[in-house]
Amino acid sequence: MSDPALRILLVDQNVTRASILEEGLREAGYTHVSVVRDMQNLLRRIVDADPDVIFIDLENPNRDVLEQMFQVSRCVQRPIAMFVDHSDTDMIRAAVESGVGAYVVDGLRKERVKSILDMAVSRFNAFSQLRDELERAKQELEDRKIVERAKGILMKERGITEEAAYGLLRKAAMNENRRVAEVAQSLVTATRLLK
Amino acid sequence: MKVILGFMPLLDCASLVVAAERGFAAEEGLELALVRETSWANIRDRVVIGHFDAAHMLGPMTVASTLGIGHVRVPVIAPFALGLGGNAITVSLRLWEQMTQEGATVGAKPGVHATALERVVLRRSEPLTFAMVYPFSCHNYELRYWLAAGRIDPDKDVRLVVIPPPFLVDALRAGQIDGFCVGEPWNSVAVQAGVGTIVVPTTAIWPSSPEKVLGCRLEWAQRHPKQLAALMRAIYRASRWCDQPENHAELAKLLAQPRYVGAPADLLQQALGSRLTLTTNTPAVQLEDFFTPSRHNATFPWVSHALWFYEQMLRWKQIEFAPNQVAAVRATYRPDLYRAALASISEDIPADDTKIERFFDGGAFDPQSFETQR
Repeated sequence: MSDPALRILLVDQNVTRASILEEGLREAGYTHVSVVRDMQNLLRRIVDADPDVIFIDLENPNRDVLEQMFQVSRCVQRPIAMFVDHSDTDMIRAAVESGVGAYVVDGLRKERVKSILDMAVSRFNAFSQLRDELERAKQELEDRKIVERAKGILMKERGITEEAAYGLLRKAAMNENRRVAEVAQSLVTATRLLK
Repeated sequence: MKVILGFMPLLDCASLVVAAERGFAAEEGLELALVRETSWANIRDRVVIGHFDAAHMLGPMTVASTLGIGHVRVPVIAPFALGLGGNAITVSLRLWEQMTQEGATVGAKPGVHATALERVVLRRSEPLTFAMVYPFSCHNYELRYWLAAGRIDPDKDVRLVVIPPPFLVDALRAGQIDGFCVGEPWNSVAVQAGVGTIVVPTTAIWPSSPEKVLGCRLEWAQRHPKQLAALMRAIYRASRWCDQPENHAELAKLLAQPRYVGAPADLLQQALGSRLTLTTNTPAVQLEDFFTPSRHNATFPWVSHALWFYEQMLRWKQIEFAPNQVAAVRATYRPDLYRAALASISEDIPADDTKIERFFDGGAFDPQSFETQR
């Protein structure tokens, strides 16, 4: 159940992640969502947005800046609590594990915030997954390149076919309990040194 | 057994790094996994939810967590301190220029500089802005103590903001702030960059002043008493190693690595030897016990430190007094665990849990009279 009147502020220097969360919140019917990417005048932006809920990514060192602003209550118009519920470590755990810190205005009922927090957690997780997949794809491409070069070296040096070259690499990898790409990398490095 | 420790990239993570890298942990059968963090809030959260078994924490932060100020109330203990001192107050060259017109000179006593600053503050229409690293930190309280000693109200006459250490030098250069209080190497980095002058090493405000501690959840300590004792012995031996001047060059190189502190090795080595370059184009000066990783009972968790932090929390209105708080604060610092773990390897463990803490302006904090007054 969404509550479109709630004002939500995202503090995230990662443009992609911020838009993934922003989009999710808008789809869920939250219309008052603002995003801060630039840390200059953070306080001014918070005061202007007068948010009920603030999310900040945990890679952001400026999290400590936010916490102090909430300590000094005269900085913000309404007191902000450090978390949804002072006794709820499960919520903190879910949030921290997904990489997001959440702050809410004091007195906001837990059920009003729960759905937004769940949304933020799932979108942050989706982003991490996306990033992991991207990293994996990059790694695979790198691996493929290095294996191609190693095969080329073997084919040239030993006068064998591509298939046989790959067979040799695979066998060495199995014997040494390493990845084919690692064996290929060793071969490429060794060849460069011997030249 | 594997122990996961969170840390922030600052000079006083040295003993943790050395315990992991120079075999002291392995000797105790521990495998230390050090995880570098980007904010104090992350350190606190990850200790509280159990991602970290223990961490490099700000002393006052353990008290704040135990009292539940600023966040969830989770009993956190400090059974071991990670050295004394290591902080300083640095001001921009512009503010320094104004202070020198009011009687400040390089290396003068904190009282002289506080008076000069007061005169500058009185003349200005716009308040000066000072930065520190976290609301519940020695940096915040030392800076406030010094300002207040110069009759400057830290909440009215100046603006106090939080800026993470790696951004401080840029903020000073850009004129966003006029000064800051932070641990090394960040003061020296500002001087080397030609944007600041160190006015007060905070050990001049409060000799043998506390800084970081080894913090962990009370619940973790109760579940793993043997591991915690082993961890304390490993870090204690590492702290002794860090104290030896002949190891400073090697230690500085180790800490300079990007995965630890990631600052220039020469600056780190200078601070390890209690030497600071106070302003550009001057030779480094030798200070007395500016940073002490181990000697003078620097690893002992004095309960008077915890009580002083609590007094500051009351003084600066971070918390309202409640009668049950004093016992909770006392129970945060655990000299009993320290003694039990280190009795067999350390000869000079203090018999008392508290001592009278003395300050540059003649002020003293007597934990006993504090408790009877409350």
